Amino acid sequence: MSATEDVGYDPTPDTGGPAQPLIKVQNLKKYFPVRGGPLGRVQAQVQAVDGVSFDVAKGETLGIVGESGCGKSTTAKLLIGLTERDQGDIIFDGLALGEKLSLKDLRRGVQMVFQDSYATLNPRMTIEASVAFGARVQGLDKPEDRARKLMDRVGLDPARFAHRYPHELSGGQRQRVNIARALAMSPRLVVLDEAVSALDKSVEAQVLNLLNDLRAEFGLTYIFISHDLNVVRYISDRILVMYLGEVVEVAPVASIWAEQAHPYTRSLFSAMPSMDPDNRTKEPPLSGDPPNPINPPSGCRFHTRCRFKADVCKTKTPKLAGLSVNAKHMVACHLHDADSGHPKAGQGVPS
Amino acid sequence: MLSYLIRRLILVLPVAFGVSVICFMLVQIAPGDPLTAIMPIDATAEEQAAMRAAYGLDKPLAVQYAIWIGNLAQGDMGKSIATGRPVAAEVFGAVNNSLLLAASAAVIAFPIGVFLGFLAGYFRDTWIDRAVTAASITGVSLPNYWLGIVLVIIFSVNLGWLPSMGAGPGGSQAWVWNWEHMRHLILPAVTLSVVPIGIVARTVRALAGDILTQDFVQALYAKGMTRMDVLWHVARNAAATALSVMGLQLGYLLGGSILIETVFNWPGSGFLLSNAIFQRDLPLLQGTILVLALLFVAMNLIVDVAQAAIDPRIQRT
Amino acid sequence: MALAEPEMMDGREPAPMEKPQGYWAGVGERLLQDKLTMACFGVLMLLILSAVFAPWLGLADPYKGSMIARLKPIGTEGYPLGTDEQGRDMLARLIYGGRLTLFIGLMPVVFAFFIGSFLGVLAGYVGGLTNTIIMRTIDVFFAFPSVLLAIAISGALGAGIFNSLVSLTIVFIPPITRVAEAVTSGVRSLDYIDAARATGANNWTVIRMHVIGNVLSPIFVYATSLTSVCMILAAGLSFLGIGVRPPEPEWGLMLNTLRSAIYINPWLSALPGMMIFVTSLCLNLLSDGLRSAMNVRD
Repeated sequence: MSATEDVGYDPTPDTGGPAQPLIKVQNLKKYFPVRGGPLGRVQAQVQAVDGVSFDVAKGETLGIVGESGCGKSTTAKLLIGLTERDQGDIIFDGLALGEKLSLKDLRRGVQMVFQDSYATLNPRMTIEASVAFGARVQGLDKPEDRARKLMDRVGLDPARFAHRYPHELSGGQRQRVNIARALAMSPRLVVLDEAVSALDKSVEAQVLNLLNDLRAEFGLTYIFISHDLNVVRYISDRILVMYLGEVVEVAPVASIWAEQAHPYTRSLFSAMPSMDPDNRTKEPPLSGDPPNPINPPSGCRFHTRCRFKADVCKTKTPKLAGLSVNAKHMVACHLHDADSGHPKAGQGVPS
Repeated sequence: MLSYLIRRLILVLPVAFGVSVICFMLVQIAPGDPLTAIMPIDATAEEQAAMRAAYGLDKPLAVQYAIWIGNLAQGDMGKSIATGRPVAAEVFGAVNNSLLLAASAAVIAFPIGVFLGFLAGYFRDTWIDRAVTAASITGVSLPNYWLGIVLVIIFSVNLGWLPSMGAGPGGSQAWVWNWEHMRHLILPAVTLSVVPIGIVARTVRALAGDILTQDFVQALYAKGMTRMDVLWHVARNAAATALSVMGLQLGYLLGGSILIETVFNWPGSGFLLSNAIFQRDLPLLQGTILVLALLFVAMNLIVDVAQAAIDPRIQRT
Repeated sequence: MALAEPEMMDGREPAPMEKPQGYWAGVGERLLQDKLTMACFGVLMLLILSAVFAPWLGLADPYKGSMIARLKPIGTEGYPLGTDEQGRDMLARLIYGGRLTLFIGLMPVVFAFFIGSFLGVLAGYVGGLTNTIIMRTIDVFFAFPSVLLAIAISGALGAGIFNSLVSLTIVFIPPITRVAEAVTSGVRSLDYIDAARATGANNWTVIRMHVIGNVLSPIFVYATSLTSVCMILAAGLSFLGIGVRPPEPEWGLMLNTLRSAIYINPWLSALPGMMIFVTSLCLNLLSDGLRSAMNVRD
């Protein structure tokens, strides 16, 4: 792609320096009420996100993986305030949401790209109007100019596409529009929720490369949510694994790729088709569906499907803690905690 | 099913309450003082105040409403200003006649509507379909009070076959099962049936058309079922929706009969209502509307429950 | 809906050079090709224009009766459509009658469209308690068949043009609100509303820029389908004597006063009803045409 003109990217200034995480999430919780019965009373709670904590450093890409229904997308929506959290803190560059940071300011700094490229574009708006909308809302100058420059930057000729409607574009083109739209507000963090999952493989690769270029050019930080481990590995620096609304493992890509510390992560990775016939894991894949998040299992939520479960797993909830060999590789499993009371405590996952 | 029934019954209570409030408010929005109709013109201010107190009209609205509801609960809907008879007695006699008319219209309309609609849905995009569609859109566009007049012109004035007015010979008010009374029923019932024929035909056509193109119908043929068996399956699937539309129409027939009753001088609730309006007989107006609305609510409830009994999927919503 | 199609490697696939077509241009084009709908539109325009410009059409005075020229049959010299029970020219009265009939028959739907859309969009977008209050109130009005409700309110308020407008508007607010609420809650759950909210836009901006444009056409089509019923009801109120007062020419009222003439000059007395029927038929067909041109499904 040829050199592009300056698109006038002006994110809010960095305040805490590189050592301060761009976003810090602490003990985030979201329960959805389930109503029923003759009077429509709340009868149960879906524990969609239950005590999730993590940091994302400036310029880093954090990949979030897990089965569908594990709370990935809810986490994403909580991060940008589309779903109201029940509990927990969201701290953006040192400023806590709701205290020193308004929702509108958070949305200036954090933007999102959704999975369904068609559904996320207003069918009655031209591409240009859709891209310019956010910039106008945020009061940035010359929203249309900005929109056209960004369209050009993501590979859509403004002269051809500006006045078209979403249904006149292909899926890949629409996802480029969605990326341009997110960038129109000059955010510092972009949450990509299954942003490439619906695309054809060849188009997916193009969009991933575009995302990598944009990150370098604009100094972006990404949270990349996907169920496709290969894609996550390609784009991420660290990977976070969720199961039934909880974080079970967080680790740098190389570390988790070499050794999955949680039995769930291991099963997840083993389900991935390998290109190398000699390198196939012997791990049996996960059986059955994840348990109902309305009444999640007690103790370790994975114990109903875990091959290594012991009595302690049913009663005691494991804490997320760094491995003894590598403190940056964190896992929530009694097998790794010497004091947990598990018969094989401190030995790690048997191979 | 029981849980659904209870849920549905609980939902009816606030609606019934709202209906009673609206009926109560009807008298309040009426221009002028409700007393003027019963007070002599030369009544003094003291006499008026005494009368006001006697009727409880000096109390706050909420209290007046509570008294009114309390009396209603005992079956006391007040007295008609025009006739002095209890409103309840007047209304129930008239509602009986209206129900008879509405039911007769339904007996004519539903089989014809279902038949035509099914025909059109089955022979979709043929001349049969187009003819039925044209007929049903004409039916729903007809002002039925005008249609009544046209039918009177044809069958009473020109041909002299059927009577044009009343429910029976010699201004009979009460229904008797004999040919003379039946003759009086034919024209109003036919007139009233035209709009529901159109609506039922439209609904059934859409239902039959949709269902016949669904995959499972192909599967039924593939299983070797005969045409009649398949039709029976399709009919059962459409029944719940068709039933709810017809139930609703039965309710509308009760309301819609008001204009028709005026055209044919049919001694039903609509006739009563228009008399009440002209004589500014507000208690009678209020009572008639309350009874009709509650009847409509009850009918909707029955339809909903029947629909849920036929199609269990509905119970979950 | 549309699936991803193969792209050229740099994502700049050649675009077809035709001018991109907006939604409304497409609707207009489809309408123009629908002959039946256009014919109905023509008839309605003719009725409306002749009613509006009645004083300049060289018609007889619609209020001036004649004791000696009562109930002249259709085709009488000087009275092309005969005379009514007071000897007034029927042609003039039918054309002048369109003024009030069409006004009272159409305006309540227009008012109810604005009020009902407002309430429904509010209830659908905001949800929660606001939704419950609005929609449960609406449910109560649904407990009355529309004819009954119109007659009840008009009967209580008394005859008159203004009272008819009020009662009919009240009758049509609940169904429009219900449809508006359903359509809006549908749109509310779509991703592009989330995407718009994610920009930091406030509710009002999201409703104005993203919701209204996508809910208005189904609500509008639904409202047009009510115009025919409203016409019939409005004329029905006058027919009952609780709408327009005599001596104003109005089709429903004329139908009523001519009832006494059915034994003398039957077909004459059916004429005003014919006008109501033709108008309501055209309104129904026009609404159906709009529905398919605007791609609105039930």
